[in-house]
Amino acid sequence: MTSPSTPQTTAGTDDRAERIERIRQAAYRIRRNALDMGEVQGQGYIGQALGVADVLAVVYTDQLRYRPEDPHWPDRDRFLLSIGHYAIALYAALAEAGTIPLEDLETYGSDDSRLPMSAMASYTPGVEISGGSLGHGLPVATGMALGLRHLGNPARVFNLLSDGELDEGSTWEAAMSCAHHGLDNVTAIVDVNALQADGPTAGVLRTEPVTDKWQAFGWHAVRVDGNDVAALVEAFDEVREHRGSPSVVICDTRIGSGVPLLEDREKAHFMRVDEHEWQIARTQLEEGLAR
Amino acid sequence: MTSTAPRKKLTTSAMIASFADPGQRTTSAPFGHALNRLAEERPEIVGLSADLAKYTDMHVFRDAHPDRFFQMGMAEQTLLGAAAGMAEVGLVPFASTYSVFATRRAYDFLCLDIAEPNLNVNVVGGLPGLTTGYGPSHQATEDLAILRGCPNLTIVDPCDSVDIEQAVPALAAAPGPTYLRLLRGAVPTVLDEYDYRFELGKAAELRTGRDVVLISTGLMTMRALQAAARLESDSVDVAVLHVPTIKPLDTEAILRAARTDRLVVTLENHTVVGGLAESVASTLAFAGAGTRVVPIALPDEFLAAGALPTLHDRYGLSTDAVVARVKAELGGGRHAPWAADPEPATV
Ligand SMILES: Cc1ncc(C[n+]2csc(CCOP(=O)(O)OP(=O)(O)O)c2C)c(N)n1
Ligand SMILES: [Mg+2]
Repeated sequence: MTSPSTPQTTAGTDDRAERIERIRQAAYRIRRNALDMGEVQGQGYIGQALGVADVLAVVYTDQLRYRPEDPHWPDRDRFLLSIGHYAIALYAALAEAGTIPLEDLETYGSDDSRLPMSAMASYTPGVEISGGSLGHGLPVATGMALGLRHLGNPARVFNLLSDGELDEGSTWEAAMSCAHHGLDNVTAIVDVNALQADGPTAGVLRTEPVTDKWQAFGWHAVRVDGNDVAALVEAFDEVREHRGSPSVVICDTRIGSGVPLLEDREKAHFMRVDEHEWQIARTQLEEGLAR
Repeated sequence: MTSTAPRKKLTTSAMIASFADPGQRTTSAPFGHALNRLAEERPEIVGLSADLAKYTDMHVFRDAHPDRFFQMGMAEQTLLGAAAGMAEVGLVPFASTYSVFATRRAYDFLCLDIAEPNLNVNVVGGLPGLTTGYGPSHQATEDLAILRGCPNLTIVDPCDSVDIEQAVPALAAAPGPTYLRLLRGAVPTVLDEYDYRFELGKAAELRTGRDVVLISTGLMTMRALQAAARLESDSVDVAVLHVPTIKPLDTEAILRAARTDRLVVTLENHTVVGGLAESVASTLAFAGAGTRVVPIALPDEFLAAGALPTLHDRYGLSTDAVVARVKAELGGGRHAPWAADPEPATV
């Protein structure tokens, strides 16, 4: 298991198919890691993790500059997870990236583990901020991006947000700030899985039209199918070149993506999975990869 | 922190964490059902939540009174601002979110929009103190410390389902703003075994005892009662004074209980800073009583994530830990935690 610490930038068309296949394989392993962790707890945020796996695969194996063996490398691109409950997805990606050992995954959420259910910077290598309270990521990203630019450091700052986080005023305060300061070193990623804690986002608090909102706040906004690796690669390549304003990649994702058993289950913020279903899920995932 | 796999599967889930003992009698969603009963009598009662109805038992009210429930989305500042607005036009809102978000995120709104105009808004905070293993983002270990300084605010930390059921109508009847430390889901039912009624602003002596007096609030009263029973079998006679209203504090009852040669112990599901221990200590000091107070409370730290029973043991809130602490204090010797007593100043 290897991962590049430098991004694959402009690649030839031959390489492109290879590149996408490589990301697809990484996404598979991220999903499998997440299923393994989900099984440790018997439940949890597995639906979100499967949904966002393709996005994380693109970010961690194709876009982000980092050194797995040196998570504090000053020139690294920062990846900020403000949705602490997505920790299961981030740990799965960090294991794929080589930042945390695969063996750690089976301690997910257990007493004294380095992998608490809600991600915190003080616990886990590669976790940049302590999440859990939503709507903090983009404000901190703003400061990191301002600071890096001030220091002449070309590193980029990514922030993965959920659609629920668009409810928080702090997100929009920071969005306005990033645009005001022309922070083109910021890339926000919004996982629009159309769900939040009390039910579908459309019923809890309507956030659409999401793209228009970001544009109105002065952002360069791209919206893609977040489970389409090729589309994601194209979007991230495009925003990488964008200058003058911050960028946001709005990703429409399917909860449980890659595991039909869970894709078809009633959408739930906190999904229950029976003991015998984890193996079925792994099998279905494998079948999907072969297809 | 270790990275070696502990093969044990202890859940830390914020969603299902329960502090009820195995086999303990519980009542389901007492807050939601109490609010429903109250709503039958008072048409001005409304409910709001910030994408946490399902997790604060507010869904019970939402489902029974969909036209009187308002989903504000995950926007806690607007939740409390809007609750203030509703109260301004004559409604009596109950607004629920987790305690951390009501106090840390939205405190300015609670303070200026609700408390300063002295509005009848009832803020309901889930996961108070250490009632989730989810880590510092969700552990409201200092909510009382934040809120005690807020003028006009009434603060209630209920012990069990009985307290909650009786507190809900009392909070609505109180004209000003209130904060309820919510216990949700399957909530232990304890106080019906005692000759007890919840009375806003009043402490209640649940047990008498000659050797020790436990002054407790919230779910720690349940632990205090268990500890008292255990200590009784060791021939230690323990009184329990339950203090469900943190503000205004029943200072008379506290002075009556603590002006004594019994060992005085406070118990709270909250940091040792700014909660019951310091309320009792200042009550005694302000009245000129020199009684020493032994605080059983959470340490002044960001707590770990982990399974709730593990954490209650580690941080001294479990019944075992309470019994051990009381025994250690009775065992005599100098009281270790405050051993740094300086020499008295000489004039
Ligand atoms: C400030 C804040 N308010 C409330 C919560 C409780 N909470 C945790 S996740 C969540 C839902 C947020 O929506 P989203 O992240 O889109 O949910 P998902 O897609 O994971 O179901 C809520 C309300 C929180 N963690 N932080
Ligand atoms: Mg969502």
